[in-house]
Amino acid sequence: MKNEKNKVLLNIGAIILLFIVLWFCNSTFDNYKLRILNLSGIYVVLALSMNLINGFTGLFSLGHAGFMAIGAYTSVLLTMDPAMKQMNFFLKPIVPFLANIQLPFPIALICGGIMAGFVAWIIGAPILRLKDDYLAIATLGFGEIVRVIFTNTQSFTNGALGLKGVERYTTIWWSWGIAAITVVFMVLLVKSSYGKAFKAIREDEIAAESMGINLFKHKVTSFVIGSFIAGIGGGLLGHLIGTIDPLMFRFLMTFNILLIVVLGGIGSITGSVVSAVAVTFLLEQMRFLDQAITIGSLELPAVPGMRMVIFAILLMSVILFYPKGLMGREEFEWDKLFSGYYIKRFKVRKKA
Amino acid sequence: MSFSIFLQHLANGISLGSLYALLAIGYTMVYGILRLINFAHGEIFMVGAYIAFYLMTASFLALPWWLAALIAIAATILFGILVEKFAYSPLRDQPRISVMISAIGASFLIQNLGIVIFGGRPKAFPVPDIFSQIWKIGGVSIVSITFYIPIITLILLTILLYIVNKTKTGMAMRAVSKDYEAARLMGISVDNIISFTFAIGSALACFGGIMWGFKYPQLLPVMGLIPGLKCFIAAVVGGIGDIKGAVLGGFLLGLMEILIVAFFPALTGYRDAFAFILLIVILLVKPTGLMGQNLTEKV
Amino acid sequence: MSILRTDAIIKRFGGLTAVSELSIDLHKNEIVGLIGPNGAGKTTAFNMITGVYQPTEGSVYFDGTDITGIKPHEITKLGVARTFQNIRLFKDLTVLDNVLIANHLRLNSNIFQAVARTANYRKEEKHIYDKSVHLLKEVGLEDLMNEKSSNLPYGKQRKLEIARALATDPKVLLLDEPAAGMNPQESIELMDFIHDIRDRFDLSILMIEHHMKVVMGICEKIYVLDYGVTIAKGNPEEIQNDPKVIEAYLGVE
Repeated sequence: MKNEKNKVLLNIGAIILLFIVLWFCNSTFDNYKLRILNLSGIYVVLALSMNLINGFTGLFSLGHAGFMAIGAYTSVLLTMDPAMKQMNFFLKPIVPFLANIQLPFPIALICGGIMAGFVAWIIGAPILRLKDDYLAIATLGFGEIVRVIFTNTQSFTNGALGLKGVERYTTIWWSWGIAAITVVFMVLLVKSSYGKAFKAIREDEIAAESMGINLFKHKVTSFVIGSFIAGIGGGLLGHLIGTIDPLMFRFLMTFNILLIVVLGGIGSITGSVVSAVAVTFLLEQMRFLDQAITIGSLELPAVPGMRMVIFAILLMSVILFYPKGLMGREEFEWDKLFSGYYIKRFKVRKKA
Repeated sequence: MSFSIFLQHLANGISLGSLYALLAIGYTMVYGILRLINFAHGEIFMVGAYIAFYLMTASFLALPWWLAALIAIAATILFGILVEKFAYSPLRDQPRISVMISAIGASFLIQNLGIVIFGGRPKAFPVPDIFSQIWKIGGVSIVSITFYIPIITLILLTILLYIVNKTKTGMAMRAVSKDYEAARLMGISVDNIISFTFAIGSALACFGGIMWGFKYPQLLPVMGLIPGLKCFIAAVVGGIGDIKGAVLGGFLLGLMEILIVAFFPALTGYRDAFAFILLIVILLVKPTGLMGQNLTEKV
Repeated sequence: MSILRTDAIIKRFGGLTAVSELSIDLHKNEIVGLIGPNGAGKTTAFNMITGVYQPTEGSVYFDGTDITGIKPHEITKLGVARTFQNIRLFKDLTVLDNVLIANHLRLNSNIFQAVARTANYRKEEKHIYDKSVHLLKEVGLEDLMNEKSSNLPYGKQRKLEIARALATDPKVLLLDEPAAGMNPQESIELMDFIHDIRDRFDLSILMIEHHMKVVMGICEKIYVLDYGVTIAKGNPEEIQNDPKVIEAYLGVE
């Protein structure tokens, strides 16, 4: 009992510490640094949403970008004021019922999530019957279908032009606040009986079913929740960058999140958090690879695409040599920290 | 729509279908043996086209198209085998998710390497005169390549079916795709067969890439992405693991794309989505594909 | 009183008849054996009873209700649990988790209540925890509670699988080759174990087994299958002396 209470106190302490750090950053960082910090918080949310579906339930879904798009577009269309909408939809006027709606940011975000979750529920029913590879391709196809539809429905989404002038509601408190909530939610879910049921499905579907677990119901539940969170992530992203367009949500987006999840460890919440922050920073640091570099009097020309080459190599190296990623399926635990477990493991890794 | 215009569309559809079929075969063969979706196959198609491009246009080479094609095919075969050795072979005993991630990674890697090496701007593929002639048939003007593509595809298919059905290696390939372990126990060198399968797939992809370049003479490093996905879908629709199915799926998809847009021009923007919609429909109605067989898992 | 009954169930795969007209009758608290050479269709029969396969013809009745073709998870909910020939534990999860999961089907709280850790959910969770630890004690595995289940030695893995099945609160337990890979000493312990759980948990047991000592030792009734056909049925003594059975196992001179 005492041990449990101590852990809860430590957890609350950690969250308070997090917010103190965030407050500090918020007051001292410049816009550029803040943007990266925001982005990393959003990627924590997105990585966790993918990890729930792929890592914990074992459903290989590649349609994440599609749900993000649904969330992003829904929330943006709901927060944008009518005047801005009119400016955006100059080619073809916006659908009447959307023209005058304007909702507060939090409500719009949730609507985005609900919309994404709802679509997940509808396509989940037929799609989740499929196995492994087929599920992957079908969800990838779904993501692409969403993108193509959004590119062509001029009066709903403004098509390929996208939506500009989105109010930048996403602040540190929103992105990291929601990230913290998502982490807490995931921990509570994964440790609960339902979380264990998801893991059972991942381990051995047939055995799980024979132990009385309704495969279909649980798969859909995991899929819907994960997509809901992805939708919220999409909404946060849209309100951070200030513009959205269908091209933002092509397969490359899913690939980036997949990279983060694989690096952190498929099936580890801690891994996803650490990896999301690390990869976001890395992505930014590596921007220089795509641009011209001046060393003294030597000018190396810009090599666009180099950044993605490095990332693809990174992903492949991990999957070929460290398939478990950083954390494997382990989680951070206070006990392990105090017993020196991580130090031992780090030493072993260095030797190997 | 006049009949002659319809014929034009039909010819284009068959042409496109042939190209899709060539690519789909590569996917289906690899999946049949390794149960692996070779996401990088579209990139092999792209690499084949680019190699041929450089062989034909590099000022110090300027090879005739048929020689460039032959060399490109040899190089692409080598490339395909290398991809297998580096990205897939080490993961053969790992869970399927790992191999799939590696495949996706390989695809992205090659694409972006293409951007770095070849440059992101489109390149104009040189089209030999023989393929750019305009033929008048039944009151319609159709460029000659449109006819050459299905003919060449047919020839390649015949050769392929001969190899698969009438040679020892082909029999070995069919054995490995039916039962990996048993084939190994029977003394078949599974590694060699796998390399051979990739070789054939890559060769066909290269043919496809070059002919694609002749018909749609604009090369981009990302040109393999969408056709690659579509052709995997074609293979699934036809029945994954079955060569005839891949051909059927490829033609079906090619014809569908051209004809739907021809009859409903308003749907042009959705062209790329047709394949995915077709995929989801097939996976729900007959997941084993049009020509596929049912496989039950032993418990 | 019949608690599990199959009525001439048949399973065909294409042109092959794996099981033909199997009629098993399991009475309350009985221990019944299903034996036969490899490939005789025994596991296929299990799969039909537990809903993994749909019988091509025939019906399955549990406690008077027709359960033919019902989904596996629902059949388990009704009270029929099983173990697997090739041991299907949740390999990456701990011993305790394997058993905890098998309680999930009886959970009343929905997912939101679970995440919110409502008072009701926490009560249920504690009950599940206590029950699972108790079960592990009964099978002698509680020391290994936090071990990864795939690290266990083979014999203990089999026990864990049985404990997991028991956690679903079954009335009928289907054991698929529980003694496989066990040495004579372990087999005797297993026999006592099965008797024990039958009495303690008020079970009716149907088991597939190749270890003749185990079968003849604890089964009150035995069915013999060969190429899907029931060639004999009776008590151990009758079966041991049945010429058809001897022929199926040893072949004719």
